[in-house]
Amino acid sequence: MRSGLLKIAASAAAGAVLALGLGNAIAAETPKRGGTLKFVIPAEPPSYDGHRETTFALVHPIAPFYSLLIRPNPDNPSDSSDFTCDLCTEMPKATDGGKKYTFKLKSGVTFHDGSPLTAADVKATYDKIIFPPADVSSARKAYFVMVDNVEAPDDLTVVFNLKYPSGAFIPALATPFNFIYQKAKLDQDMKWYEKNILGSGPFVFVEHQAGALFKGKRNDNFYVEGQPYLDGFEGIIAEKQSLRVQAIRGDRAAIEFRGFPPKSRDDLKAALGDDLTVQESDWNCVLIITPNHDVAPFNDVRARRALTLAVDRWGGSKYLSEIAIVKTVGGVAFPGHPLAATKAELEQIAGYWPDIAKSRAESKKLLQEAGVDLSKTYVLNNRGVDQPYTIVGTWLIDQWKQVGLNFEQRVQPTGPFYDTLRSKRDFSVSLDFNCQSVVNPLLDISKFLSNDISDSQYGGYIDRDVDDLFNKMNQEGDQAKQREYMRQFEKLTLDEHANNFITLWWYRIIPHRAYLKGWNISPSHYVNNDLANVWLDQ
Amino acid sequence: MSTTPMAAEPTEARIERRSVWHFMRRMLRTQPLGVAGGLIVLLMVLMAIFADVVAPYDPTANSFEYMSEPPSWQFLLGTDQFGRDIFSRIIYGARTALLVGFVASFVGCFLGLVLGVGSAYFGGYVDLIFQRFLDVFMSFPIIILALAMVAIFGTGLDKVILAITIPIIPRCARVVRSSALAIREMPYVDAARSIGYSHSRIILRHMIPNVTAPFLIMLTAFMGQAILLEASLSYLGLGVQEPIPAWGLMLQGGASEYAESAPWIAVFPGLAITLAVFGFNLFGDAVRDTLDPRLRSQ
Repeated sequence: MRSGLLKIAASAAAGAVLALGLGNAIAAETPKRGGTLKFVIPAEPPSYDGHRETTFALVHPIAPFYSLLIRPNPDNPSDSSDFTCDLCTEMPKATDGGKKYTFKLKSGVTFHDGSPLTAADVKATYDKIIFPPADVSSARKAYFVMVDNVEAPDDLTVVFNLKYPSGAFIPALATPFNFIYQKAKLDQDMKWYEKNILGSGPFVFVEHQAGALFKGKRNDNFYVEGQPYLDGFEGIIAEKQSLRVQAIRGDRAAIEFRGFPPKSRDDLKAALGDDLTVQESDWNCVLIITPNHDVAPFNDVRARRALTLAVDRWGGSKYLSEIAIVKTVGGVAFPGHPLAATKAELEQIAGYWPDIAKSRAESKKLLQEAGVDLSKTYVLNNRGVDQPYTIVGTWLIDQWKQVGLNFEQRVQPTGPFYDTLRSKRDFSVSLDFNCQSVVNPLLDISKFLSNDISDSQYGGYIDRDVDDLFNKMNQEGDQAKQREYMRQFEKLTLDEHANNFITLWWYRIIPHRAYLKGWNISPSHYVNNDLANVWLDQ
Repeated sequence: MSTTPMAAEPTEARIERRSVWHFMRRMLRTQPLGVAGGLIVLLMVLMAIFADVVAPYDPTANSFEYMSEPPSWQFLLGTDQFGRDIFSRIIYGARTALLVGFVASFVGCFLGLVLGVGSAYFGGYVDLIFQRFLDVFMSFPIIILALAMVAIFGTGLDKVILAITIPIIPRCARVVRSSALAIREMPYVDAARSIGYSHSRIILRHMIPNVTAPFLIMLTAFMGQAILLEASLSYLGLGVQEPIPAWGLMLQGGASEYAESAPWIAVFPGLAITLAVFGFNLFGDAVRDTLDPRLRSQ
């Protein structure tokens, strides 16, 4: 009996301690209201129009001013299939055989000018994105190739009718650039949003000092009760990485949302200790080796296969991840996604063989068979951005040198770099990139399609086998079947037809001040930047 | 004839007559710093020529197992973030520096010489228009002009040489012209003209040899400047590109990111640039002091 009482007393005491501890933990994580978040931005946005632009430089300072229809769950953004409502009340189930999605909107939402946000605004927004007028640029129009039309039957209902069921639709809808614009402004001028900001997001635009900063203040009429927690934010533009690192170190800024190389993380951690929190994630960005299919010797599939066979991706992952923002070995689909290749599957593809000596021997044999002139120096076109472009470029040149191929690196600023890819085309091989926001491999791989379909494929090839597989995959509802097509697509693209090649997937490292809470890293530097749930523990 | 030509003649003539050994002995006695500069330049030249023999490692080969190693007996100046031996890259980097320095300054100064002398000789509207044209170029600081040239021509070793050569031309032309203007008034030039020598003969045989001193001074001065410009352009990512060993590029790769944890990545290329420019400047000053009669008499 005594023993029983003791047990109960001990259990009660333990329960009390646990409850107290848990209570403290909850109290410690209860968001605090107030404060201004300062963060650094590596570049200036070309315009304010999210529908037109593709750069993080727009999302980081401007996303807090806007709402989205749906978005990746801000509390769990690393899960590529966890989407949640922003303006809608509930994630809809597809009807009409998977071809119809009906969204109900929250009532009482207003734009920052006080006017109500209705389904007409959402329809006008998506009509601009999906069916833009000829003189209006929409960067993500192709994401919605499956959409037939958008309807707004009443003020709080939006309906998307698809041409065919597609697993790519919901992730496309959650793209963080799909800011909801006001219909009246779009009716007035479709390009109004290029130079103006008017949203319904958690923060209200205050000012933009070109080349210096963006300022926003709390939207007191925000539709999520209690949010945002911050009084406001300041996005400070600092192009030099060393400046951005120093800004965090000196507490002039709490965070930079794009990502730092491992060395900067280590330096900051050594300097700040527990005052720094580091979040890391695989990144939905990858550098692609793009041989020029129009000129010898890489118009020969054997020479192209030799290129990929010379590259030691498994070894490179180990060492490059110490100096650059790349890490994970993967195929065409984002590593870890259900549609991505496993290690065993990758090892069946040229360039991923586990035995690099065997791979390079095969590479040399192919170069000889293709009659590649090894006394020549070929041009590797690259973008003038250190992380990770020139670092990976320098690594690749060393890899190719080991099979006798000599390359010189031609590094150019972004404008001339694209001019070379699109117009001049005077390169043997180029590095190119594929950076996407919401993980959506079914569409993310459109980069690898024939160049009369994909505007961003710079190899210059037409490959109908690859195009057919892409179409089959996107019109297939069964994920197992999609996965099967994806493997065939991957094998053709990276190996048998050797159209272009994946290097290493990027790795996102965000060291930030420990007092910044509520922000969770995602696999994309475009995602989860509205700052509504961010707070300062100060 | 007046005595003026005789007064001008001896300076140039004496220089030609003197033996190299005499020149060197005098340099050593009167210009010890210049000789030190000359030795640095000579060391650079030897490093560049015999880089294949002197460098212990391939300067471009990545050795990831030796990333960012500090200086040791195995790697005298340490390794960079790619595991490349910094000592070997500095030795090979001398090739890049000298190639850019020599070619850009020689071509730039030679074109400046021809244009400067031609402008002075023809005078009148030719000189007026040409000088205003030079004014436009000279109104830009040399680094700004070089940056503009790189923006036009693009990056790469050949383009960098071109980008550095162009800003040198007007500067050299202006200095040479001022000397040539004095030469043009010399009676022996008038004499050459009066007996019907062609313009090219007068310029090549009578004027250019007499502006050799300022030409040589500019040449040596611009070599150091060209090396510094190449390093600056590469540091800004607009010059020579990886994996070519070049000092400015090495500095760029290590300066900001590794300054604290692996300072040797930036320090040694920085020292190499400093030493090379210092050497060329000392040598150039000494050449100027020796060849310029006004300074020599002081």
